[in-house]
Amino acid sequence: MDFNENFILGCSAIGAGLAVIAGIGPGVGQGIAAGHAAAAVGRNPGAKSDVTSTMLLGQAVAETTGLYGLLIAMLLLFVKPLV
Amino acid sequence: MGQGILLSADNLDFMIHGVFSYTLFGQTVWFTTSHVCILIVFLVMIGFFIAARITMKHATEVPGTFQNIVELIVEMLDNMIGNTMGQWAPRFRNYIGTIFIFILLSNISGLFGLRPPTADYGTTFALGIITFTLIHYNKFKHQKVKGVIRGLCDPWPIWAPINIIGDFAVPVSLSLRLFANVLSGLVMTTLIYGLLGKIALIWPAALHVYFDLFSGAIQTYVFCMLTMTYVSDACTTE
Repeated sequence: MDFNENFILGCSAIGAGLAVIAGIGPGVGQGIAAGHAAAAVGRNPGAKSDVTSTMLLGQAVAETTGLYGLLIAMLLLFVKPLV
Repeated sequence: MGQGILLSADNLDFMIHGVFSYTLFGQTVWFTTSHVCILIVFLVMIGFFIAARITMKHATEVPGTFQNIVELIVEMLDNMIGNTMGQWAPRFRNYIGTIFIFILLSNISGLFGLRPPTADYGTTFALGIITFTLIHYNKFKHQKVKGVIRGLCDPWPIWAPINIIGDFAVPVSLSLRLFANVLSGLVMTTLIYGLLGKIALIWPAALHVYFDLFSGAIQTYVFCMLTMTYVSDACTTE
Protein backbone atom coordinates (compact mmCIF):
# COMPACT_ATOMS: atom_id res chain seq x y z
CA MET A 1 0.00 0.00 0.00
CA ASP A 2 1.25 3.48 -0.64
CA PHE A 3 -0.26 6.62 0.79
CA ASN A 4 0.23 10.05 -0.64
CA GLU A 5 2.22 12.65 1.21
CA ASN A 6 -0.73 14.70 2.42
CA PHE A 7 -2.29 11.70 4.11
CA ILE A 8 0.93 11.02 6.01
CA LEU A 9 1.24 14.69 6.98
CA GLY A 10 -2.32 14.68 8.30
CA CYS A 11 -1.68 11.55 10.33
CA SER A 12 1.56 13.12 11.63
CA ALA A 13 -0.45 16.13 12.80
CA ILE A 14 -2.90 13.85 14.63
CA GLY A 15 0.04 12.00 16.16
CA ALA A 16 1.57 15.30 17.25
CA GLY A 17 -1.69 16.24 18.90
CA LEU A 18 -1.81 12.91 20.71
CA ALA A 19 1.84 13.24 21.77
CA VAL A 20 1.30 16.50 23.64
CA ILE A 21 -1.38 14.81 25.78
CA ALA A 22 1.74 13.86 27.75
CA GLY A 23 1.43 17.37 29.19
CA ILE A 24 -1.35 16.23 31.52
CA GLY A 25 1.00 14.28 33.77
CA PRO A 26 3.51 17.04 34.52
CA GLY A 27 0.62 19.47 35.03
CA VAL A 28 -0.90 17.30 37.75
CA GLY A 29 2.51 16.55 39.23
CA GLN A 30 3.61 20.17 39.37
CA GLY A 31 0.30 21.14 40.91
CA ILE A 32 0.70 18.54 43.64
CA ALA A 33 4.27 19.72 44.29
CA ALA A 34 3.17 23.37 44.48
CA GLY A 35 0.30 22.46 46.81
CA HIS A 36 2.56 20.60 49.20
CA ALA A 37 5.10 23.43 49.06
CA ALA A 38 2.34 25.92 49.96
CA ALA A 39 1.35 23.73 52.88
CA ALA A 40 4.98 23.50 54.00
CA VAL A 41 5.40 27.28 53.87
CA GLY A 42 2.16 27.63 55.85
CA ARG A 43 3.51 25.36 58.57
CA ASN A 44 6.99 26.88 58.65
CA PRO A 45 7.15 30.34 57.04
CA GLY A 46 10.81 30.73 57.99
CA ALA A 47 11.88 28.05 55.48
CA LYS A 48 10.19 29.78 52.56
CA SER A 49 13.27 30.21 50.34
CA ASP A 50 14.47 26.63 50.88
CA VAL A 51 11.02 25.23 50.18
CA THR A 52 10.66 27.35 47.06
CA SER A 53 13.99 26.31 45.55
CA THR A 54 13.35 22.64 46.31
CA MET A 55 9.89 22.91 44.77
CA LEU A 56 11.21 24.56 41.61
CA LEU A 57 13.92 21.90 41.23
CA GLY A 58 11.42 19.07 41.64
CA GLN A 59 8.95 20.67 39.28
CA ALA A 60 11.57 21.18 36.61
CA VAL A 61 12.55 17.53 36.85
CA ALA A 62 8.91 16.43 36.73
CA GLU A 63 8.43 18.57 33.63
CA THR A 64 10.79 16.35 31.63
CA THR A 65 8.22 13.75 30.61
CA GLY A 66 5.93 16.42 29.22
CA LEU A 67 8.84 17.88 27.30
CA TYR A 68 9.53 14.48 25.75
CA GLY A 69 5.95 14.50 24.41
CA LEU A 70 6.50 18.00 23.08
CA LEU A 71 9.71 16.89 21.37
CA ILE A 72 7.90 13.99 19.66
CA ALA A 73 5.24 16.42 18.46
CA MET A 74 7.89 18.82 17.12
CA LEU A 75 9.71 16.00 15.33
CA LEU A 76 6.47 14.83 13.71
CA LEU A 77 5.52 18.34 12.61
CA PHE A 78 8.80 19.85 11.48
CA VAL A 79 11.27 17.05 10.77
CA LYS A 80 8.57 14.86 9.15
CA PRO A 81 10.36 11.52 9.63
CA LEU A 82 7.56 9.49 8.05
CA VAL A 83 7.21 11.33 4.75
CA MET B 1 -1.48 22.74 0.53
CA GLY B 2 0.10 20.03 2.53
CA GLN B 3 2.02 22.28 4.87
CA GLY B 4 -1.09 23.52 6.66
CA ILE B 5 -1.63 26.87 8.29
CA LEU B 6 1.49 26.53 10.41
CA LEU B 7 3.83 27.24 7.54
CA SER B 8 1.53 29.59 5.65
CA ALA B 9 3.08 32.60 7.31
CA ASP B 10 6.34 33.36 5.51
CA ASN B 11 8.05 34.97 8.47
CA LEU B 12 7.74 31.88 10.64
CA ASP B 13 11.28 30.76 11.16
CA PHE B 14 12.89 29.14 14.16
CA MET B 15 15.14 26.69 12.39
CA ILE B 16 18.93 26.67 12.43
CA HIS B 17 20.48 27.95 9.20
CA GLY B 18 23.87 27.20 7.75
CA VAL B 19 26.18 30.16 7.21
CA PHE B 20 28.94 28.40 5.26
CA SER B 21 30.24 24.88 4.98
CA TYR B 22 33.72 23.43 4.88
CA THR B 23 35.17 19.96 4.49
CA LEU B 24 36.94 18.32 7.40
CA PHE B 25 38.35 14.78 7.04
CA GLY B 26 36.00 14.14 4.12
CA GLN B 27 32.94 15.30 6.06
CA THR B 28 30.98 18.39 5.13
CA VAL B 29 30.70 20.47 8.28
CA TRP B 30 28.37 23.43 8.55
CA PHE B 31 29.04 26.64 10.40
CA THR B 32 25.51 27.50 11.53
CA THR B 33 23.67 30.39 13.14
CA SER B 34 24.03 28.58 16.49
CA HIS B 35 27.79 28.96 16.25
CA VAL B 36 27.39 32.66 15.55
CA CYS B 37 25.13 33.07 18.58
CA ILE B 38 27.52 31.07 20.78
CA LEU B 39 30.39 33.28 19.58
CA ILE B 40 28.41 36.40 20.48
CA VAL B 41 27.60 34.97 23.93
CA PHE B 42 31.28 34.04 24.41
CA LEU B 43 32.41 37.53 23.40
CA VAL B 44 29.99 39.10 25.88
CA MET B 45 31.19 36.70 28.59
CA ILE B 46 34.86 37.35 27.87
CA GLY B 47 34.28 41.10 27.82
CA PHE B 48 32.49 40.90 31.14
CA PHE B 49 35.24 38.74 32.66
CA ILE B 50 38.00 41.07 31.47
CA ALA B 51 36.13 44.08 32.82
CA ALA B 52 35.58 42.27 36.12
CA ARG B 53 39.27 41.33 36.30
CA ILE B 54 40.39 44.91 35.71
CA THR B 55 37.90 46.19 38.27
CA MET B 56 38.89 43.64 40.91
CA LYS B 57 42.58 44.47 40.45
CA HIS B 58 41.85 47.99 41.57
CA ALA B 59 39.22 46.91 44.09
CA THR B 60 38.32 49.57 46.60
CA GLU B 61 37.15 49.26 50.20
CA VAL B 62 33.84 50.90 49.36
CA PRO B 63 32.76 49.08 46.17
CA GLY B 64 31.58 50.98 43.13
CA THR B 65 28.62 49.91 41.04
CA PHE B 66 30.37 47.39 38.80
CA GLN B 67 32.47 45.94 41.62
CA ASN B 68 29.29 45.54 43.63
CA ILE B 69 27.63 43.60 40.81
CA VAL B 70 30.65 41.32 40.37
CA GLU B 71 30.88 40.65 44.10
CA LEU B 72 27.14 39.94 44.20
CA ILE B 73 27.38 37.38 41.38
CA VAL B 74 30.42 35.65 42.85
CA GLU B 75 28.89 35.51 46.33
CA MET B 76 25.62 34.14 44.97
CA LEU B 77 27.37 31.40 42.97
CA ASP B 78 29.66 30.58 45.90
CA ASN B 79 26.71 30.23 48.25
CA MET B 80 24.77 28.06 45.82
CA ILE B 81 27.70 25.74 45.12
CA GLY B 82 28.83 25.61 48.74
CA ASN B 83 25.36 24.73 49.98
CA THR B 84 24.96 21.91 47.49
CA MET B 85 28.41 20.35 47.25
CA GLY B 86 29.71 20.90 50.75
CA GLN B 87 33.36 19.81 51.03
CA TRP B 88 33.72 19.28 47.27
CA ALA B 89 32.70 22.84 46.44
CA PRO B 90 36.20 24.40 45.97
CA ARG B 91 37.14 21.95 43.21
CA PHE B 92 34.08 22.50 41.04
CA ARG B 93 33.41 26.17 41.75
CA ASN B 94 35.07 27.38 38.54
CA TYR B 95 33.33 24.95 36.21
CA ILE B 96 29.84 25.28 37.71
CA GLY B 97 30.10 29.08 37.86
CA THR B 98 31.19 29.24 34.23
CA ILE B 99 28.44 27.02 32.87
CA PHE B 100 25.90 28.84 35.04
CA ILE B 101 26.79 32.18 33.48
CA PHE B 102 27.04 30.65 30.00
CA ILE B 103 23.65 28.91 30.10
CA LEU B 104 21.98 31.93 31.67
CA LEU B 105 23.37 34.29 29.03
CA SER B 106 22.44 31.82 26.27
CA ASN B 107 18.89 31.49 27.53
CA ILE B 108 18.26 35.20 27.87
CA SER B 109 19.96 36.01 24.55
CA GLY B 110 16.51 35.43 22.99
CA LEU B 111 15.60 38.82 24.44
CA PHE B 112 18.18 40.47 22.21
CA GLY B 113 16.93 38.89 19.01
CA LEU B 114 19.40 36.02 18.85
CA ARG B 115 18.32 32.42 18.44
CA PRO B 116 19.25 31.01 21.86
CA PRO B 117 22.26 28.68 21.41
CA THR B 118 20.76 26.31 23.97
CA ALA B 119 17.85 25.73 21.55
CA ASP B 120 20.31 23.66 19.52
CA TYR B 121 20.67 20.08 20.73
CA GLY B 122 24.37 20.12 19.90
CA THR B 123 25.08 22.73 22.57
CA THR B 124 23.10 21.12 25.37
CA PHE B 125 24.32 17.62 24.52
CA ALA B 126 27.91 18.85 24.75
CA LEU B 127 27.14 20.20 28.22
CA GLY B 128 25.51 16.89 29.12
CA ILE B 129 28.57 14.95 27.97
CA ILE B 130 30.85 17.14 30.08
CA THR B 131 28.65 16.37 33.10
CA PHE B 132 28.77 12.65 32.25
CA THR B 133 32.55 12.73 32.00
CA LEU B 134 32.85 14.59 35.30
CA ILE B 135 30.55 12.12 37.05
CA HIS B 136 32.41 9.04 35.89
CA TYR B 137 35.92 10.48 36.25
CA ASN B 138 35.15 11.36 39.85
CA LYS B 139 33.43 8.04 40.45
CA PHE B 140 36.52 6.10 39.35
CA LYS B 141 38.80 8.49 41.22
CA HIS B 142 37.03 8.40 44.56
CA GLN B 143 35.21 5.08 44.69
CA LYS B 144 37.86 3.08 42.78
CA VAL B 145 36.95 0.24 40.44
CA LYS B 146 35.62 -1.88 43.28
CA GLY B 147 33.20 0.77 44.41
CA VAL B 148 31.98 1.39 40.86
CA ILE B 149 31.28 -2.31 40.33
CA ARG B 150 29.54 -2.50 43.69
CA GLY B 151 27.46 0.53 42.69
CA LEU B 152 26.47 -1.13 39.42
CA CYS B 153 25.30 -4.30 41.16
CA ASP B 154 23.36 -2.26 43.65
CA PRO B 155 20.48 -4.40 44.90
CA TRP B 156 21.53 -7.57 43.06
CA PRO B 157 24.00 -8.25 40.23
CA ILE B 158 21.06 -8.92 37.86
CA TRP B 159 20.24 -5.22 38.16
CA ALA B 160 23.47 -4.17 36.40
CA PRO B 161 22.04 -3.59 32.87
CA ILE B 162 19.33 -1.34 34.25
CA ASN B 163 21.91 0.61 36.27
CA ILE B 164 24.07 1.04 33.14
CA ILE B 165 21.06 2.32 31.17
CA GLY B 166 20.32 4.66 34.06
CA ASP B 167 23.89 5.99 33.94
CA PHE B 168 23.62 6.72 30.23
CA ALA B 169 20.18 8.29 30.64
CA VAL B 170 21.61 11.02 32.87
CA PRO B 171 23.29 13.19 30.19
CA VAL B 172 20.46 12.57 27.72
CA SER B 173 17.73 13.65 30.10
CA LEU B 174 19.81 16.57 31.40
CA SER B 175 20.43 17.92 27.92
CA LEU B 176 16.95 17.18 26.55
CA ARG B 177 15.34 19.01 29.47
CA LEU B 178 17.30 22.20 28.84
CA PHE B 179 16.95 21.93 25.05
CA ALA B 180 13.20 21.27 25.02
CA ASN B 181 12.46 24.05 27.50
CA VAL B 182 14.32 26.69 25.53
CA LEU B 183 13.02 25.35 22.20
CA SER B 184 9.40 25.39 23.40
CA GLY B 185 9.76 29.02 24.45
CA LEU B 186 11.37 29.89 21.11
CA VAL B 187 8.64 28.12 19.11
CA MET B 188 5.89 29.71 21.16
CA THR B 189 7.17 33.27 20.72
CA THR B 190 7.88 32.66 17.01
CA LEU B 191 4.35 31.37 16.47
CA ILE B 192 2.88 34.38 18.23
CA TYR B 193 4.96 36.81 16.16
CA GLY B 194 4.42 34.93 12.92
CA LEU B 195 0.69 34.27 13.12
CA LEU B 196 -0.47 37.38 14.98
CA GLY B 197 1.98 39.71 13.25
CA LYS B 198 -0.24 42.78 13.23
CA ILE B 199 -1.64 42.59 16.74
CA ALA B 200 1.42 41.23 18.51
CA LEU B 201 2.56 44.64 19.59
CA ILE B 202 3.44 45.14 23.25
CA TRP B 203 1.87 42.28 25.15
CA PRO B 204 4.37 39.61 23.92
CA ALA B 205 6.79 41.24 26.39
CA ALA B 206 5.00 39.19 29.08
CA LEU B 207 5.76 36.02 27.11
CA HIS B 208 9.41 37.02 26.86
CA VAL B 209 9.56 37.63 30.60
CA TYR B 210 8.17 34.17 31.23
CA PHE B 211 9.92 32.12 28.53
CA ASP B 212 13.26 33.87 28.31
CA LEU B 213 13.86 35.24 31.80
CA PHE B 214 11.90 33.06 34.23
CA SER B 215 12.09 29.73 32.41
CA GLY B 216 15.68 30.35 31.34
CA ALA B 217 16.81 31.15 34.87
CA ILE B 218 14.96 28.17 36.33
CA GLN B 219 16.43 25.78 33.78
CA THR B 220 19.93 27.16 34.35
CA TYR B 221 19.50 26.63 38.07
CA VAL B 222 18.16 23.12 37.52
CA PHE B 223 20.97 22.12 35.16
CA CYS B 224 23.68 23.35 37.53
CA MET B 225 21.90 21.91 40.57
CA LEU B 226 21.56 18.45 39.02
CA THR B 227 25.16 18.51 37.77
CA MET B 228 26.36 19.40 41.27
CA THR B 229 24.19 16.74 42.89
CA TYR B 230 25.38 14.01 40.55
CA VAL B 231 29.04 15.00 40.79
CA SER B 232 29.09 15.29 44.58
CA ASP B 233 27.21 12.00 44.71
CA ALA B 234 29.97 10.41 42.61
CA CYS B 235 32.67 11.91 44.87
CA THR B 236 31.15 10.48 48.04
CA THR B 237 32.55 7.15 49.13
CA GLU B 238 30.39 5.09 51.39
